[in-house]
Amino acid sequence: MGNPQIQPVLAALRKHRIATIVIAWEIALACAVLCNACFLIAGRVQAMHVQSGVDEHALGTIKLEGFEPQQANDLNARVVAGLRAVPGVQSVSTVSAVPFGEPGVIAGVHLDAAGQQFGGVVDFYVAGPGAAKAMGLRPLTGRMPAPDEYMPVAQIVPNEAPIVITRVLAEHFWPGQDPLDKMLWSMDTHFRVVGVVDHLTIPQPGAGEEKDADWSILVPAMPGPQFAGKYLLQASPEDLPRVMRDARTAVLKIAPDAVLDLAQSRTVDELRETFFLNDRVMTGLLIAVIVALLGTTALGIVGLASFWVAQRRRQIGVRRALGATRGDILRYFQIENFLIVTFGIALGMILAYAINMILMSFYELPRLPFWYLPVGALVLWVLGQLAVLAPAMRAAAVPPVAAIRSL
Amino acid sequence: MHMSRPSDRGMLTMPTVRGDERRATEGLSGMIGYYVELAAHSLRRNKVLTALMILAIAVGIGASMTTLTIMHLLSGDPLRGRSGQVFYPQLDANPDSKGRQPYDMLDYPSATDLWSAHRADRQALVVNSHIKLQAPGTRLPPLMLSMLSTTSDFFPMFDVPFRFGRSWTPEDDTAHARVAVISSDLNDRLFGGENSVGRTVRLKNSDVRVVGVLAPWRPSPLFYDVRGGRFSSGDTANFYDKPEGVITPFSTALEINDGGFQPFTCWVLPITPGHLQNSQCVWIALWVQLGDSAKVDAYRRFLDGYVAQQQSLGRITRTDNTRLRSLTEWLDFNGVVPSDVKLQTSLAFAFLAICLCNVVGLLLAKFLRRGGEIGLRRAMGATRRAVFTQCLVEAGVIGVLGGLGGLLLTVLGLWLVRRQPLPYADFVHLDVSMFVVTLLISVGASLLAGLLPAARASLVEPALQLKVL
Repeated sequence: MGNPQIQPVLAALRKHRIATIVIAWEIALACAVLCNACFLIAGRVQAMHVQSGVDEHALGTIKLEGFEPQQANDLNARVVAGLRAVPGVQSVSTVSAVPFGEPGVIAGVHLDAAGQQFGGVVDFYVAGPGAAKAMGLRPLTGRMPAPDEYMPVAQIVPNEAPIVITRVLAEHFWPGQDPLDKMLWSMDTHFRVVGVVDHLTIPQPGAGEEKDADWSILVPAMPGPQFAGKYLLQASPEDLPRVMRDARTAVLKIAPDAVLDLAQSRTVDELRETFFLNDRVMTGLLIAVIVALLGTTALGIVGLASFWVAQRRRQIGVRRALGATRGDILRYFQIENFLIVTFGIALGMILAYAINMILMSFYELPRLPFWYLPVGALVLWVLGQLAVLAPAMRAAAVPPVAAIRSL
Repeated sequence: MHMSRPSDRGMLTMPTVRGDERRATEGLSGMIGYYVELAAHSLRRNKVLTALMILAIAVGIGASMTTLTIMHLLSGDPLRGRSGQVFYPQLDANPDSKGRQPYDMLDYPSATDLWSAHRADRQALVVNSHIKLQAPGTRLPPLMLSMLSTTSDFFPMFDVPFRFGRSWTPEDDTAHARVAVISSDLNDRLFGGENSVGRTVRLKNSDVRVVGVLAPWRPSPLFYDVRGGRFSSGDTANFYDKPEGVITPFSTALEINDGGFQPFTCWVLPITPGHLQNSQCVWIALWVQLGDSAKVDAYRRFLDGYVAQQQSLGRITRTDNTRLRSLTEWLDFNGVVPSDVKLQTSLAFAFLAICLCNVVGLLLAKFLRRGGEIGLRRAMGATRRAVFTQCLVEAGVIGVLGGLGGLLLTVLGLWLVRRQPLPYADFVHLDVSMFVVTLLISVGASLLAGLLPAARASLVEPALQLKVL
C-alpha cells in the first residue's frame, strides 16, 4: 500500500463524513465490547480451571441428613462399614465438605490471641481419618496429621488441633516466613500449622468472602455427634460412576432412617460440572455475543462498501480508462477500509478502557491487560479487510467503458 | 450485494414523481400512508440490504429485550407498592463491635424483645431451618426441606394468599401450637393437591396439624429471606428461590427443630450446636409494617431507646449502630439482582448500539444513493420536510419489521433462559408491558437511526442532482 494513495482516499472519506463516522463508531463499540467480553471469558475460563488440589476423578461423596446427634455414632459406624462393602470402594472417610459441594465450615481467623490481627475469612475442611490420604493431599513442607491427632469435635472443630494449610494461605498470613508451628485463632480455639499443601480449593471458589480459591484449611477430627453424615468415597476413576450408583442404593438400605441428599451425593467431577454450569452458560453467551457482534460489523462494512462501489461506478471507470490497474482499484477500497477501521480502533481503545473502569467499579474485576488492545485491533483489521474484499473485487472488475456508459 | 442498473432507476423514479403530485393535496394521514407505500417499494428494491437492516434490528432488540425482561422481573417490587411500608430493623449486639454495618440478622433476646413490644402495626419474626418431613398415610419417603418459622402477622403483612384453610392465630403463637401452613407445591406433592387442612405431617419427631394451604405464591425475590447479599460477590441468584414448603409458628419451631438452627454468624460459638436461644449468634430476622412516616419515626426512636436501655443493662455496647431500612432499601443494600444479569443486560445494549450504528450507516448509504431521485422530487416542489418525513417513515417501517422479528427472538431468548438451571427460570415470561416496550424501543431506535440519514438526505440540493441526471 503506497503512501501516495492515502491522500485521495482521505479526501474521498471527507465527502462521506457522516457515514465514515458512523461506521468508525460501530467499529469502536465492537472493539470495546470485544476486548472486555474476551477479558470476561478469560476470567471465567480461569475460574473454571481452578486446581482443586485433590484427586478429583477418584472421589465421590455421599450425604445423609435428617438424623439426631445421638444417632450419629451408630450411623457413622453403619454407613462407613456398609459403604466399604460396596465392590470397588477403596476407602471411606468422614468429611465436612468436598470441593465443589456445599459450603462447609467458614470462619474468620486471627493471627494473634488478642484478635487484633485479622487474617481473613477461610474455609475449614474437617477431615476424618483417611480423608486427607484419599484426597491425595501431600505436604510441600511439614507433615500431614498423625493418626493420634484426630480428636473429637467440640462444637464445630476439635480444640487446639494441628492443621494443614495451603501455600497461598501461608504466604498470605506470614509472607516470607516459615509457616510451620505458627498459630491461628478462630472459633474460640487455636490451631497449630503442621503442614503446607500446594493446593486445596475452597468448596465454592469465587462465591464468598474468601479472597482466593486456595483459602482453605484442613483440620483432622474424629467423627462423632457433630461430625457425621458426609462421606468421602475413593475408587478407581473407571469404577467410580458405578461405585457411586451402588453406594447410593446401598446407603438407602444401610440408613433407612436418614434422608439421602441426592443432589450432593455425586462424584467430585459431577459436582464440579454442576458448580461451574452458570459460568459455562455465561461463557457461551459471551462467545455468542462476540460472534454476533463481529458478524454484524462485517455485514455493515460489506453493505456500506457495496454502496460506495455502486455509487462510484463511473469514477472507477474513469480511473480505469485513465490507466489505473485492477490492483489499484482493489487497493483503493482496501486502504479506505483500513483507514476507517483504524479510526474506529483508536476510539475503541479509549472506550474499552472506559468500559473496563465501569466494570471494575461494579464487579471487582481486575484491570484490562494492555495486550488485549493490539489483539482486538488485529482481529478488527483482519475482519475489515475480509469484509471489504468482495465489494472491492467487484469494484476492480468494473470495466473502463463504465466511464461513458453509466448514468 | 444488489446493484441497480440505471435503467431500473429511471423506471422506478417515475411513479414516485407522479404520486407525489397526485397526493400532495390529500392531507397528512394520506401522505403518511403514501410514504409507507413508498417505503415498502424502496425496501423491496434492495431485498438483501433490507433483510440485513431488519435482521440487525431484530437481533439487537431480541438480545436487549430478553435481558431487559429478566432485569424487569428480577428487580420488580415483590410487594407491589407496599415495599415502602415494610421495614427491617437492625442493631449491633456484638459487645466487641467495631462499628461496621450491623449484622444482617438479630440475636434471640433483641428479636423477641422488639417483637413482643408490638410497637409496629404488624411484626413478624422470620427464621429458616432444615427439617425432616414425613406424611403419615402417604407412601412418600421422608424428605428434607426448608422450613420457614414465623409469627402470625407474617401472612397479612405480606399478603400471602391461601387456597385452603387459614393462617394460625396469635394465640397459637403464644401456645406453641403444633400447627403448620404448607405451600401449594408441597400440598401437590404430599396430598395430590387436595384440601389437606386437618391432616397431619410429621416434622422431625413431632406431629403438626395442617391449618392452611397456600395458593401458588412466588414472590420475586424471596424478599423476607434476603440477607448477606454484600458477602456473595454478586452471585445472588439464590435470592430468587421458591418459598419454603412448610411454615410453622416461631415458638413451635424452636421446640420441634431444637438443635437444627444455623446461625447467620456468631461472635462466640454456641454451647449446644443448633440451639441458639442463649447463644452469642445472630440468626433471626424481624420484619415490621409501619403505615406512615410518623410511625416510622416513632419506631426509629423506639429502636434507639431499646438499644440505649440494653446498653445500660450491659448487653449492648454500641448505641449508634441501628438501622431501619425499608424493604426497597434493604433489597438495594443487598444488591439482589445478580451481577451476571446486569452484565448480560449491558452487553445486550452495547450490542444493540452496534446494530443501530450498522443501520444508520446502511440507511445513510441507501438514502444518498437515491440522491438523484430526491433531487428530482425537490425540483418538482417537494419540501425538505417532505423528503425528511418520507425517509423517516422508511426507517420506521424497518423498525416495525425489526421489532416484530425482535419480539420473536425475545420469545426464543426467554424460552432458552427458562431451560437454564437458574432459580428464577420458572417465572421468566414476556408480559404485556414488555411486549409493548419491545415494539416501542424498536421503532424508537429505528427512527433514531433514521434521523441522521433522513436529515442528510433532506439537504440534497435539487439543482445539483438534476445536473447529474
